[in-house]
Amino acid sequence: MKISYYPGCTLKTKAKNLDRAAIASLTALGVEVTEIDRWNCCGAVHSLTADDLIHQVGPVRNLIRAKEQGAKKLVTLCSMCYNTLARANRIMKTDEVKRATINRFMTEEIDYAGEVEVVHFLTFLQEEIGWEAVKEKVKVPLTGLAVAPYYGCTLQRPADVGIEPFGSYSLMTGLLEALGATVVPFNAADKCCGSYQVLGSPAGENSAGAAILNLAAGAGIEALATSCPLCEYNLGKQQQLMLEKGRIAKNIPTYYFTQLLAVALGLDSAVCHFELNTRISVDLLKDKNCLAAA
Amino acid sequence: MCETNEKSSKKTPRVATGDRAILPEGAKTIPVYIMGKQYEVPETLTIMKAMEFAGFKFLRGAGCRGGICGACPTVYRMAGDYKLHFGLACQTVVEANMYLAQIPFFPANRASYSIEEIGGLPEAIHALYPELFRCVACNQCTKACPMDVDVLGYISALKQGNIEKAARLSFDCIQCGLCASRCMGEIPQYHAAQLARRVYGRYILPHAEHLKARVKDIEAGKYHTMLNDLSAMSKEELEKIYVERERQPDFAEIGWQPKETRYL
Amino acid sequence: MTLTITAQTQSITSIEKLKELSGESVKLCMQCATCTGMCPMAQEMDYSPRQVMHMAQFGLIDKLAGINTYWKCASCHACSVKCPRGIDIAKVMEALRQQVLRKSKNYIEPSRLSAEQVAEMPQIALVAGFRKFTS
Repeated sequence: MKISYYPGCTLKTKAKNLDRAAIASLTALGVEVTEIDRWNCCGAVHSLTADDLIHQVGPVRNLIRAKEQGAKKLVTLCSMCYNTLARANRIMKTDEVKRATINRFMTEEIDYAGEVEVVHFLTFLQEEIGWEAVKEKVKVPLTGLAVAPYYGCTLQRPADVGIEPFGSYSLMTGLLEALGATVVPFNAADKCCGSYQVLGSPAGENSAGAAILNLAAGAGIEALATSCPLCEYNLGKQQQLMLEKGRIAKNIPTYYFTQLLAVALGLDSAVCHFELNTRISVDLLKDKNCLAAA
Repeated sequence: MCETNEKSSKKTPRVATGDRAILPEGAKTIPVYIMGKQYEVPETLTIMKAMEFAGFKFLRGAGCRGGICGACPTVYRMAGDYKLHFGLACQTVVEANMYLAQIPFFPANRASYSIEEIGGLPEAIHALYPELFRCVACNQCTKACPMDVDVLGYISALKQGNIEKAARLSFDCIQCGLCASRCMGEIPQYHAAQLARRVYGRYILPHAEHLKARVKDIEAGKYHTMLNDLSAMSKEELEKIYVERERQPDFAEIGWQPKETRYL
Repeated sequence: MTLTITAQTQSITSIEKLKELSGESVKLCMQCATCTGMCPMAQEMDYSPRQVMHMAQFGLIDKLAGINTYWKCASCHACSVKCPRGIDIAKVMEALRQQVLRKSKNYIEPSRLSAEQVAEMPQIALVAGFRKFTS
């Protein structure tokens, strides 16, 4: 099986651990991944003003690249890229007036009308491979790891691009269960981590992020699995500071779900780039005997 | 200002009075508009020559006149059409009914840094030019580039942390600044690209060992005697040895060596 | 909260402008405060989303100009999906931001961010933040 893939800027540097683990896992599952050629930034956030079309141009340009390169589906992984691409795609598919304006503006590109389908990695895994097939390939089950799926905002909202309905976390739950982990229900799984607010706020003072970590600790969750580099930054990288400032009571290791997938598939841990995670995250996996002690 | 002015072009052509106002015999003139005013200029000239023909004198905004220094970026529009065109005044031949504006300089933020201190990671470039992240991929930069550089491509590469790709894609940039003049993110693309090429050269591209060895030789004084001998010569003597110097033949075999090998 | 509503404080055109920019009608709001309850950033806001909707309903542009609510909004759409009146409140917040940004005013200055912060943050934080906070 072959797929066209849109990685996104952050996945090439700071979230290499999200990207590389995903690609290695897909390869192990027999999927051939082709990164689309000449892609640009997705724009990270969807523009919400009715008259602002220029901010749709970036994501649409990527969809045009996928169309040019013959892709019917474009698989993406970062939650923010997924949301921005999927929402721009919806505009191009459903809004005739906006579609015409955007196509007219991009004189140097072929016309686009939403021909490419934007698919999140989790949806792709479930639909094209299935949890049973994943389970069969698991070599190192994540036994005893009490993990909760953390979706954040952009995987589910708004409803017309959500990977599943509000309040349902069956995709990541299905995957984590197939990997042998103990999935703990988490009622803050769709709460926002604070997102781009980190830009204007003092480090470690993120109240939205702290609330999520405190709720996770209260629910007996050992670790959170995410699919967004900004969630990982706000909840993972900033966690030690929040602890030092007394905003949270306890450390909660965070992972990208693709890292847990790669670990369970028994892949070389180098593909997981754990050096980009916090130390506590690596330690927990070692404690659970999921990772060879270094 | 950019309307097609039918009336004025029907009037007797007002041949300009620049310092080269003598038209070659049989030369055809065409109307162009410089800062909104019509001039009749020979159709064979470049924009720069045409402006000089029209009486303008370039004190700034002209440099090498060979299409490589980036001093003479020009924006123009053809009468009756919405589209903006971009070119170098010294390279682009005039066409009838061009509306011309010179953009010899466009203000663009240039960060100061020490290449030895910043290190070779993409984050160094991000920290110096955070405005890179204001790019909306509108692609106006690429459309404006007179050197056909994929400007959006190298800005995207920089955001993705791929310094080598940015350095290679931007290699033909002549720093004219037209990209920056069109950017809705107010990004100084060409300065960021130059930084990328510098970082690439300093930290990523393998260094040439033979160059290091030669610099060491020079510093150790290997060529002092030769240079002193040359300095002491008369003009006649210098001319003589210059004319009689041994030259590598145009189609020399690989491994060719001069007879004099003392300075190799 | 006492809102002083006079001909001077009220701008009817601002209500229309807001509708044009956001595509949403603030007049539909019935002040139930579900938005505030859902908002992950509410505790950092000087006025809650419900209060802002109230100000917007009455076109109190001067009052709206000086508050931080829409700058603290993370566009997470938690309010929008639960609004019983079907208002996409995140779009109203974006319109309020845009009314400032479109006058070439920045809420944060990219050049004043510390080099360490820029180097450490993921690219999506910078792209998203600049979209929301710079003109």
